[in-house]
Amino acid sequence: MLYLLSFLVLVMLAVGIAIIFVKDILNAVILSTVVSLIASVIFLFIAAPDVAITEAAIGAALTTVVFVIAINRTKIKETTNKE
Amino acid sequence: MRKLVSIVLLAGFIFYFATLTGGLLIPSTSSERSSVGLDILSRTANETGSANAVTSVVVLYRGFDTLGEVTVLFLAALGISVFMKNTAKVRKRTLDQSFILKTGSRLLFPFMFLFGFYIIAHGHLTPGGGFPGGVIIATGFFIVLLTSESVEFNKTLMSVLEGLAGLTFIGLGLVGLFGSGNSFLQNFLPLGKFNTVFSAGIIPLIYAVVGVKVAAELSSVVFAMKESK
Repeated sequence: MLYLLSFLVLVMLAVGIAIIFVKDILNAVILSTVVSLIASVIFLFIAAPDVAITEAAIGAALTTVVFVIAINRTKIKETTNKE
Repeated sequence: MRKLVSIVLLAGFIFYFATLTGGLLIPSTSSERSSVGLDILSRTANETGSANAVTSVVVLYRGFDTLGEVTVLFLAALGISVFMKNTAKVRKRTLDQSFILKTGSRLLFPFMFLFGFYIIAHGHLTPGGGFPGGVIIATGFFIVLLTSESVEFNKTLMSVLEGLAGLTFIGLGLVGLFGSGNSFLQNFLPLGKFNTVFSAGIIPLIYAVVGVKVAAELSSVVFAMKESK
């Protein structure tokens, strides 16, 4: 149990560091979603299912949608400025 | 004058942090701390009739905090709507989404709605409740909004639903205050049979109201973001 949790935490750390070095901003958003999902799995394993379901719904779904919309908006503005 | 105000503010902050760290520094033994949790765990089934102890704490023992959280969410949604409305121009943009994406999202939406409804309705029995359920329903709306451009979104209906939900929350609390009980958000309904859907007094009602409110607010936020310039 402890080994599984430490493995998950290490993966989460690695993904979190990878977010900084990824060039494409959309990939960074998807990676932050992965961090949220792993966090919700950890919450489930340490017997906090209420927190886990909230983390999965808000961190993985809602935040991603808001970021994707924001990226979409800014990209449209950039292309129109260039033209 | 400005110096005086800043000194008063600084003194206030120092006092605040002093009390805060003072509370942190005074050690309370671990047995005292865990006794609160054990006490709640032993009382919750008889007092609230809720099978999920977390829900009984969130909705009944700390119901006023939940009202505060809902208010914070409302203010955030209001701020985003106002900020986005400042430059709002209803845009008719056609994104070329693929047929599979459109059909898939419309197929997925009823199931996400049903799952969110299940999470809300079983908040007092299984993990979940008003906040995650409302977010899941709102996510279903997002997927349809993002993929199908032609979908009409009734913003007035969402505002009315949100306001009614907030008023119902406060109304339920006031009934507890002025009715049979003597405190805000006091349970005034029969507890029912333990571990069934229609049990635990006002907890399912409050979670239903919170779910409607969260879903309406977040859908409005994403719609405002999508439609603004």
